[in-house]
Amino acid sequence: MSHTQSHTALIWKVFAFLSLVTIVEVILGISKPDFLYLTKVLGTSILNWIFLILTVVKAYGIAWYFMHLKDEKTWLRRAIVWPIVFFICYLAFFVLYEGGALGDILNEWTRWTY
Amino acid sequence: MEATIADSQNKGTWTGGGNKPFDASYGKMMMWFFIMSDALTFSGFLGAYGLMRFKFLDSWPIADEVFTHIPFIHGNYPMYYVAFMTFVLIFSSVTMVLAVDAGKHMKQNKVVLYMFLTIIGGAIFLGSQAWEWKTFIKGSYGAVALNDGKIVQFVDETGHQITLESFKSSAPSERIQQTRSNGIWFQSEAALPSVSLQQVMEGFANHPELSLRTELINLDTKEKTIVSREEANKLLSKATHVVEGANLKENEYGKTLFADFFFFITGFHGFHVLSGILINIIIFFNVIVGTYQRRGHYEMVEKVGLYWHFVDLVWVFVFTFFYLI
Repeated sequence: MSHTQSHTALIWKVFAFLSLVTIVEVILGISKPDFLYLTKVLGTSILNWIFLILTVVKAYGIAWYFMHLKDEKTWLRRAIVWPIVFFICYLAFFVLYEGGALGDILNEWTRWTY
Repeated sequence: MEATIADSQNKGTWTGGGNKPFDASYGKMMMWFFIMSDALTFSGFLGAYGLMRFKFLDSWPIADEVFTHIPFIHGNYPMYYVAFMTFVLIFSSVTMVLAVDAGKHMKQNKVVLYMFLTIIGGAIFLGSQAWEWKTFIKGSYGAVALNDGKIVQFVDETGHQITLESFKSSAPSERIQQTRSNGIWFQSEAALPSVSLQQVMEGFANHPELSLRTELINLDTKEKTIVSREEANKLLSKATHVVEGANLKENEYGKTLFADFFFFITGFHGFHVLSGILINIIIFFNVIVGTYQRRGHYEMVEKVGLYWHFVDLVWVFVFTFFYLI
């Protein structure tokens, strides 16, 4: 069991990692290199994909080490993570798809000149 | 009997029907279930934001142009302040997990110290968020709303946005704000914009180098469209009023929906931070008076820690969707 030994060193390592990821995000967010910002892959820019992936990595770090899911029983962990991941992917797919469709319909009726 | 009643001594696996397959206390399980439902609530909110964003993909405000302020410093600094807020929240998460760790070793004094730092971190975050709201509500440049609700902003010859104050004419203000002391005694109105529409129109006519920027985004360059001078005059003939700052009804940066979602989602998250701080304070005093030392374990600190980390986790996503993407 992990109850006897201290995790302090690991905690600081995770903190350093999360800080690093945040700094990378901020640098990319401010500089917005054109080849990442303006190149579109799978519906959005490469930069947005990088942000999304880094966000999920950060979420993993927080949930696994700070919320110590890592030390929980396998099936408690799965009972928590699987439904969340499944429902959010489901929701995100339909909601964003519908949003895009609404936009396409609406654009035909939006006037930008007077 | 043995066939029908679960045996608490049975250390069997999941398939063997162990009595506590998850090896977690009731309280911890319920905290996790609450966190799951709350996570789905936030997903719903952020999903709604995503839907509206995709719906208005060609005219959504650009976050880097909205959140550009740092306290006490003038100028254009996107991202820095919100990065600082993110850091504060991650650091308070670290002190929280250190408190949980110290609790496992029954080190009361260390738990007290780390809980205290966590509360301070939360308070700094909440204060920063209040400042962010204040700045957003106050606005930076000012804009003009057209009769169909669209927003136009003013730019100089280099295409940079300028304040209404910098080019307005000196025409006398159209009227003064109606308060209960100077009009009908039971009627009053919100503060008038600092610049009147007439001053903006005259100022624009006096400065032929100025032009207008519409909400429309050029999807190839991802920049807002700057229109020609004659088109600008045509647009301005449809102007209805001056908009300064953002609120739930109008937003000088563009789509009002952006402001609505910003206030609602960061507000809901801020409310979570606030309740997290209050719960942390309660647990903090319990630790000081030795409740958990007597109880023999610090599981309560662990449970409130789970909630606190969840608040941090949500902020990670809010940060991404409102400021980065």
